[in-house]
This record gives sequence, structure tokens and C-alpha cells, in this order.
Amino acid sequence: MTALTDLGVADIRDGVKAGSFSAREVAQAFSAAIEQARALNAFIVETPELALEAAEAADAARASGDLRPLSGVPLGIKDLFSTKGVQTTAGSRILEGYKPVYESTVSGNLLAAGAGMLGKLNMDEFAMGSSNETSAFGPVLSPWRRNDGGNTALTPGGSSGGSASAVAARLAPGVTGTDTGGSIRQPAAFTGITGIKPTYGRCSRYGMVAFASSLDQAGAMARDVRDCAILLEAMAGFDVRDSTSLQLDVPAWEADLAADIRGKRVGIPKEYRIDGVPPEIDAVWEQGIAWLRDAGAQIVEVSLPHTRYALPAYYIIAPAEASSNLARYDGVRYGLRVQPEQGGLDDMYEATRAAGFGAEVKRRIMIGTYVLSAGYYDAYFNQAQKVRALIARDFDTVFADVDLILTPTAPSAAFGLGEKSADPIAMYLNDVFAVPASLAGLPAISVPAGLDGQGLPLGLQIIGRALDEQGVLNAALAFEERAGFTARAEAWW
Amino acid sequence: MSVDEKTVRHIAKLARIAVSDAEVAALAPELSNILGWIEQLGEVDVAGIEPMTAVIPNSLRLRDDIVTEGDIQADILANAPLAEHGFFAVPKVIE
Repeated sequence: MTALTDLGVADIRDGVKAGSFSAREVAQAFSAAIEQARALNAFIVETPELALEAAEAADAARASGDLRPLSGVPLGIKDLFSTKGVQTTAGSRILEGYKPVYESTVSGNLLAAGAGMLGKLNMDEFAMGSSNETSAFGPVLSPWRRNDGGNTALTPGGSSGGSASAVAARLAPGVTGTDTGGSIRQPAAFTGITGIKPTYGRCSRYGMVAFASSLDQAGAMARDVRDCAILLEAMAGFDVRDSTSLQLDVPAWEADLAADIRGKRVGIPKEYRIDGVPPEIDAVWEQGIAWLRDAGAQIVEVSLPHTRYALPAYYIIAPAEASSNLARYDGVRYGLRVQPEQGGLDDMYEATRAAGFGAEVKRRIMIGTYVLSAGYYDAYFNQAQKVRALIARDFDTVFADVDLILTPTAPSAAFGLGEKSADPIAMYLNDVFAVPASLAGLPAISVPAGLDGQGLPLGLQIIGRALDEQGVLNAALAFEERAGFTARAEAWW
Repeated sequence: MSVDEKTVRHIAKLARIAVSDAEVAALAPELSNILGWIEQLGEVDVAGIEPMTAVIPNSLRLRDDIVTEGDIQADILANAPLAEHGFFAVPKVIE
């Protein structure tokens, strides 16, 4: 018999509905798995009692015939989402102990759909990082290990590292993630799971701790494409409380899933073939191209000429927005306060922020403050916003000719903890393939494609036109059927 | 672009983050390195390009000018490090 924790979102939903098992059993099985996996450090807060409460409601709803779309499905929630009465820190010391008095729209939508919450997932501090090493609550470990017989601790990627690790280790059937410049897709690729970032504006940012507001977007991470479609459908939707929320109905992404992509044109951007990328990444990309061709897609080489400028533009825009957004952490309304003896208000601000923020957050706030400061605004920030417009225009031009774009998700497999933390720019390069779609606000998914020579997962990214999540999901499904990725990390934790 | 220690102290002041001498010494080369790397944007020809303001076309909505969620003073103060008489309390700013 399959362990309940081996089931995905659709399996659990359908099994609870059919009465194959109770929601209570499912919640208990996942909560027990979480308790046994503390070595991974995937959760900052565990909430088995909330998962159980929702499960009991689901079992009662089944008895009374009132099941909702996610009744009986327990989920992990990234600690970037405000959860009413449950500590929300965004991985930062400055928010330790903060218990929101309200619920974020995205997590609220999931709960209203019947889901339960297993706990809050660890992440890079304020989502600033690509390895989960900037969390004030310690790094998350990937459940994966290299096949060299050693026990090197590997990163699950970041910033949604706890989310990725939890799904890969079967601690949750699905989770929320957020993606500012690759924070869903890169960790999904590193841990052999699937993660989708929808079009900017599909999911409300209300109650999401802000990092870079013009880029931040919630999304779903799970073991397969169907589960991602189910979760995203429940998360998305117009919200008057977010001025950038798109006033559109949520499509029936799950019901309309179809792996038939015959005749679709798939672009392969030549600028994504960059120096220094291991040959295994190119090989898996070629394999992915072959799979989509086998599914009936037409493969076309395309050009996105400003690709190489995406990362530097991102590292102006995101820190600039962060420096502004994070000004709210002042020790007055919530979070940490450090009051020096005899100090005034400014001393309190400075001491609070010095003690509450970690090194990477300080670095980015200072970069952002610098590029926005008098005399530099035009040279840096305005120039970056113009380059961003050019990057978006590159995609517009290409999408006039093709339906989808296929690229690697990340330039390498997962690396060891500490291997890149000494060099900020080397760390930033992790997101070289993920950032362009973020700057253009486009939907993009990472799907597992295979293992490298060290036995570690590699993912490929499918980018679609704005609002064409369905096209992205369908191509991902066709890809998934051909990839047949079933590898999983051996439990050592 | 080389950022000297004086500039680091100025930025830290603007950002309201206290920095130690050791942090300043470490940050100067780090920030120089990052700013040097992002300076390659200067080579992009942006003649006639408007800076992006909205990534997906969207118009800002106006809402009715009415109270939607009132009478939640206790909620708003619930997480305050220091609250007195229904207000956020801060160190004295006017002598």
C-alpha cells in the first residue's frame, strides 16, 4: 500500500472524496513526517493542530456533502505569507514573534477552498537569496545528496527553499512559493519538483511580505503539473486589496489541462546558451527539445537580444524597490525594537535595523538606497527601467512568432551549502535564466527533466505569453509525460 | 564605480542602518564590486525608450472614499513593541 505521504494534491482530494481514507489520517501522516524531518529545517513553525482542524472539517464536509475544491489537502505555506495568529517572519529576525492579525489573500483563498496548513516554510530572509542560506532561522537542507557516497549538505535553492525541500521530502503534497526573480523555479529545479509562477497580477500580493513589488508573484510548487494547476487555480483571483491585481476570472486550468501541443511553436533562445554552463545542462535542454518535438511541437530558434542585461537590471530594480519597501521596519509598529540608552528616534531606527536585518538584506537595501539617491537615479534606476522595457519588448517580438519558450531553469544542479556564499555575484548568477521572465511579468514553470552525473535533479523552464498559464501548463504536461521523472531522494533524515 | 568608506557611511545613514567600522570596511569593496557589475547597463542603447512602469498593462482603480475596515485599533497596536494610550510610542522627538 502506498504511504499517504506519497500522494499528491489530486490523489488526496480524490481519495478523501471517495472515502478511501480520511482527511484526518492524511493530516496526521504529513505532520508526523514533518516532525521526523526536522534535520531538513524546512519549517520555521509547525502547525499540526491547524492541519488537523481543517482535516476534521473536511471529513465532516464529506459526511454532509459539502466538500470544497481542496478539502482534505494539507499544505505548507511559505513564511512570506501573513497568516492570522501564526508567526510570520519572512525568514527575518526583525519579524521574529510577529503574529499577523489578518490573513494574506493567497493563503486565505487556499484555506477557504478547504485546505489545511501544516506550517510555515523556511526561506531566504525577505526572499533575498538563491540558496536559503540567508534565513535568520538557518539554512534549509535539500533531501537530495550526491551519489558519491558522501554526505555534503546541499542547498534546496532559494528563496522558496523550505517549500521545495518539503515537497521533495514528502512533507507536504503541495506548497505555496513566491517568485521575484526565480524563487519558485530555481528551487523546484534543484529538488526535482514542479513550480509555476503565474503572470504578474494573477495572484494578489495582499498580505505577502513585500520585497520588490513590481516583481513579486505567488505561485504553486508540487510534485507534478496537475497538482500545480489545482493549487494555482485556488490561489489566484482578483483582489480589490491589491492595486496591481488583474481584474480577470481565473481560468479552469485543471479541467482544461491537455497534453496535446501538436502544432505549437516553441522558441529556443540562442542567448540562453552561455559560457561556463556545464555540458549536462545543454544535454538536458537538447533532450527537452526532443521531447517537445516528439509531442508534435515545432521547434524554432529565436533571439532575445537583451538577455545578458536582465540580471544587472534586476539587481538595480529589485534592491531599489526593496530599500523602499523595507523602510517600514522601523521598530515602531511591529517587529523588533532596539532602543540604545539615551538614544533618540533615529538611533532607535538605526540600531533596530542593524540588529534585525542580515548581511544580504543590508547589502541590498544599501544598493537600492544608492541607486535611488540624488545624482544616481537617472544613471542607474531609470536606465534599468528602460532596459526592462527592452527585455519585455524582446519577449513581445518573439511571442508574435512562437507560443512558448523552452530554456534551462538554472545554470547548474544544486550546490553545497557555503560553496557560493562568499561571492554575491556568483550567487546572483543562479537566476540568470529565471530573471528575464520575471522582469517581463510572464508565466513560467520549471519541470524536472532528469538527473545529472552526480544523481541530482535538473529542471527545464517553459515560458509563455502573458496570461497563457494554460499553454504553459499543457506544454509542461506533455513534457512531464515524456520525461517520466520518478527519481526521489532516499530518506536519510 | 568605486564606493569609498565615506559613501558607505552616507548610504547607511540614508538607509537608517547602523554600521560598525568593520562592516564599512567590508561593504566598500562589496558594493563597489556589485555596482561595477551592474554598470554594464550603461552600454545599452535606450534612445527613445520609455522606462517601464507597469509590466502587465493595468489601469489603477479608484475606490469609494469610505471606511472599509474601521474600529480595529487594538488589532493595529497588537504587534507594537510599545503602545501607550492607544498610540504607538516612540522616544521623545521634541524637547
